[in-house]
Amino acid sequence: MKDEVQSPEDRSAKLKGMGCSRKRVEDVRFTQGRGNYVDDIKLDGMLVGDFVRSPYAHARVASINAEAALAIPGVLAVITAKDLEPLGLHWMPTLAGDKQMVLADGKVLFQGQEVAFVVAKDRYAAADGVAAVEVDYEELPVVTDPFKAMEPDAPVLREDLAGKTEGAHGPRRHHNHIFTWEVGDKDATEKVLAEADVVADEMVYYHRTHPMPLETCGAVASMDKVTGKLTLWGTFQAPHAVRTVASLISGIAEHNIRVISPDIGGGFGNKVGVYPGYICAIVASIVTGKPVKWVESRMDNLMSTAFARDYWMHGKISATKEGKITGLWCHTTADHGGFDACADPTKFPAGFMNICTGSYDIPVAFLSVDGVYTNKAPGGVAYRCSFRVTEAAYFIERMIEVLAIKLGMDAAELRRINFIRKDQFPYQSALGWEYDSGDYHTAWDKALKAVDYDGLRAEQAQRIEDFKAGKTRKLLGIGLTHFTEIVGAGPVKNCDILGLGMFDSCEIRIHPTGSAIARLGTISQGQGHATTFAQIIASEIGIPADDITLEEGDTDTAPYGLGTYGSRSTPVAGAATAMAARKIRAKAQMIAAYLLEVHDDDVEFEVDRFVVKGAPERFKTMKEIAFASYNQAIPGVEPGLEAVSYYDPPNMTYPFGAYICVMEIDVDTGEHKVRTFYALDDCGTRINPMIIEGQVHGGATEGYAIAMGQEIAYDDMGNHKTATLMDFFVPTAWETPHYTTDHTVTPSPHHPIGAKGVGESPNVGSVPAFSNAVHDAFRAFGLVQSHMPHDQWRIWRIAENLGLHS
Amino acid sequence: MIPAGFEYHRPADLSSAIGILLEHGDEARVVAGGHSLIPMMKLRMAELAHVIDLQDIGELKGIELGASTVTLGAMVTQHELITHEGLAKAIPVIREAALQIADPQVRYVGTIGGNVANGDPGNDMPGLMQCLDATFTLFGPDGTRDVPARDFYQAAYFTSRSDDEILTRITIPVPAAGTGQAYVKQKRKIGDYATAAAAVLIGNGTASVAMTNLSDTPVYSAEASEALANGDIDGCVAAMLASIDPQEDMRGPIPFKRHVAAVILRRAIDSALSRKS
Ligand SMILES: Cc1cc2nc3c(=O)[nH]c(=O)nc-3n(C[C@H](O)[C@H](O)[C@H](O)COP(=O)(O)OP(=O)(O)OC[C@H]3O[C@@H](n4cnc5c(N)ncnc54)[C@H](O)[C@@H]3O)c2cc1C
Repeated sequence: MKDEVQSPEDRSAKLKGMGCSRKRVEDVRFTQGRGNYVDDIKLDGMLVGDFVRSPYAHARVASINAEAALAIPGVLAVITAKDLEPLGLHWMPTLAGDKQMVLADGKVLFQGQEVAFVVAKDRYAAADGVAAVEVDYEELPVVTDPFKAMEPDAPVLREDLAGKTEGAHGPRRHHNHIFTWEVGDKDATEKVLAEADVVADEMVYYHRTHPMPLETCGAVASMDKVTGKLTLWGTFQAPHAVRTVASLISGIAEHNIRVISPDIGGGFGNKVGVYPGYICAIVASIVTGKPVKWVESRMDNLMSTAFARDYWMHGKISATKEGKITGLWCHTTADHGGFDACADPTKFPAGFMNICTGSYDIPVAFLSVDGVYTNKAPGGVAYRCSFRVTEAAYFIERMIEVLAIKLGMDAAELRRINFIRKDQFPYQSALGWEYDSGDYHTAWDKALKAVDYDGLRAEQAQRIEDFKAGKTRKLLGIGLTHFTEIVGAGPVKNCDILGLGMFDSCEIRIHPTGSAIARLGTISQGQGHATTFAQIIASEIGIPADDITLEEGDTDTAPYGLGTYGSRSTPVAGAATAMAARKIRAKAQMIAAYLLEVHDDDVEFEVDRFVVKGAPERFKTMKEIAFASYNQAIPGVEPGLEAVSYYDPPNMTYPFGAYICVMEIDVDTGEHKVRTFYALDDCGTRINPMIIEGQVHGGATEGYAIAMGQEIAYDDMGNHKTATLMDFFVPTAWETPHYTTDHTVTPSPHHPIGAKGVGESPNVGSVPAFSNAVHDAFRAFGLVQSHMPHDQWRIWRIAENLGLHS
Repeated sequence: MIPAGFEYHRPADLSSAIGILLEHGDEARVVAGGHSLIPMMKLRMAELAHVIDLQDIGELKGIELGASTVTLGAMVTQHELITHEGLAKAIPVIREAALQIADPQVRYVGTIGGNVANGDPGNDMPGLMQCLDATFTLFGPDGTRDVPARDFYQAAYFTSRSDDEILTRITIPVPAAGTGQAYVKQKRKIGDYATAAAAVLIGNGTASVAMTNLSDTPVYSAEASEALANGDIDGCVAAMLASIDPQEDMRGPIPFKRHVAAVILRRAIDSALSRKS
């Protein structure tokens, strides 16, 4: 055989396994316009649905008149809540234990809410139909501020909940109150704060924004009346969960529902939830007997499906005079909009906000979160983040800065003296998590050295002098962040969504000629799963990654899994992949031993073969073993070579990173320029460095947008002010900073390959880095806290309020 | 994001276009590059039964360089303004301003005529045309008339062009040799309209100053121009600030816009002065 002469290193390189910057196999079709997205699906006789949406944020719907719409050629039906009510589908359960109107049931609670569903022969007729539906609204008082919503005489938003004093997450104390969630030791924390040398007390607001995938949400429902089978294509980040939920809501038996997530053009949490459009498309298909497509416009997407953040986080952090942190207290007011449609594991109504002690050894802490209804769109999804980790990271990284100001300390040094030390892992946090691993000091020192931190501080001091002397109008900000994530939800013992445990799965089949197909319960939305998961298999069983097909997203073929969000694919499905591969390897070992006529224990795995111990010239390659598994009768061994693994992770993984942003700020115009952005990530074992780098670039660019201008804004009437890309900031290549990436490697001790997940780290870590840079630029002039987004006028206002314009 | 149905017309000469306009009255509108009109139609903020495409009308095309004037056909694209070397030599500030409009895709089809006829205070060319003291030629059922850019704008989307007139060309006096020219614009990102923008000409004892997106029309100020001609930069800025009337939007509140207006105007003046000889 030809490869006998090749060294193990050469053979290993051929596999393109873990650690290799293998080119993304997906890109061949994406870069040639050959992707297959929901809107590319075209079926015979397919109809199109579109929504009539509310122009008001709070109003009674007195009447809906569809006569004129139905008179338009091509308009076939106008569905309202009245039509859905007999089916019990005018409301639907949310992932957060609340319920949400599918179509306006007597009233609307936010601008852009779905009021009626027009079904037409094409999108042109549908749009005309939407314009022709006459809806009579009676306006009601609007409340968009969560604090005002909790005042005694605030308008009642959810009349359906009248008299309900118990919600999905415990008692409700006000008509607009959803839940209170408390974690940690309240009394002990308050005692520490009362007795502390120093306490910093600040409100940190993480504004409302939106995930903004390039592809908006959509679905095609096709009910085959002959077979009774419903096929549902959609932009689903969790296709299996959608199948189960669709079955439970609709009463259609689960085996008669096939959910397919085709190519997805970015998800970022926007595509986790269940939306009225999906339900309406299904109902319309059942009613008409034709396939029905619903795809959002960009405005629909920005106005109605899945906002993110909107957390008002009031923090108190205490320390000794020397800067040793002694306690952390946080009360969060969470603005959920008109319905609580957050996508969090059931037991965590505020997601993993209790990771808010961050990278620091904080002996005692207390967190409470109040969820509140307002006249805004529902959502509260994890925008490229693991369930509120982003809010938590922003909160603690701002509180550290605020504390540094209070102590008169350098913020890098304050972090250093409070980091959890390497020898403290596994570390039990005050708010209930067990951090699996970390080495924060090493990462921090590497980062500070890489950017020449001391040099930067000296430059900054000079700049401040020059500014005061009138020699420049530009300030220099140095934004520091050390974040710790909690990803890979999660252990079934405490993580479920609607009762579905958050394990994940992989099934691998080796073909007779030694190539393979693997199917997973996750679904790529651009992360490159087909590339990286094949690399895991390649390294585990010695089949070249190029010989492995990877499939996801079809519930009729893929094993059950909870999908892709919260950086869970690699920690959970990636682990399942390694475990399934190891089952195959174990069987391959028996086959090899049989073929080599030695005992099972006498052969060992070497890159792509099993070798007889001490006799390297005697071996069987995986290719040979694969073929043998299909044509040899081996006593006690079943034919075939395949395995499936369902992986219930024992713990979450805790990626971390050190990000540093250096920013120039024009005090007069509020403009800024990012001079340096250094991102050090530790995501444990690195499967594909190129993909990691790409993920960091993308996530940091989202973080840049969020910190520096992106927001979902409403006026006092509840009018949505940022529903187009003119005002909703999405950076172009021109605005996007240049990034320098770096890494350390601290493998997860409990993950089969030590990997931790990286897709979301850059969004989580970059937002505080950008924001801290803005704050830091003005620290010498007295700025303590100023809310994001730091767009031009808000930066200008900081300077104005500090008297820097006179 | 789908416009209501409309009929599409594509006349080959001006009089046919006017004929269609006359026939359908305010149900009809001409379309040039469509990059202002079509978004409005897709939002159904403009519903038109008849859309008259001007792209086949040869009379509306071309850039002519004369000894003392430059003439731009209404259908000249922003991309052509940028790539025309002769124009860039004669009046460099046009290229400088055009490069700050939108992005290359928009500029390939967006026209100078559409930009100035639109009447959107956010458009960059109207302020520049006022600064340059351009003249707009309008053709209608009663023939041709000329309107100075400085008299053309009445309010947002209202101009002295009547509904049955078509803008055919723009005539611009070539500034005297050695005139310093500058267009400075502050925006939030590529593709954004101005938070504030200033066009400045200075040299040979004269000056001209206009600003964009700080009122419901472009703002040319004779007083500010005169102050600048006299070397009084503070007076120029003060006069301009007295003429603008910015509104709050997502770009920021009024005090911010007024502040930025002054900063941008000063930067444009500095830049123009540095280019003057
Ligand atoms: C994303 C984006 C960003 C943009 N950013 C900027 C920017 O920063 N600065 C800027 O200045 N512009 C900007 N624009 C607008 C762009 O420059 C338009 O192309 C321009 O304003 C209009 O030119 P048009 O040829 O596309 O006109 P159209 O959209 O075709 O027409 C605009 C209006 O003018 C009328 N009209 C057109 N031609 C004539 C004529 N010859 N006679 C009479 N009436 C006529 C039309 O009836 C219509 O009412 C932007 C556009 C987009 C889509």
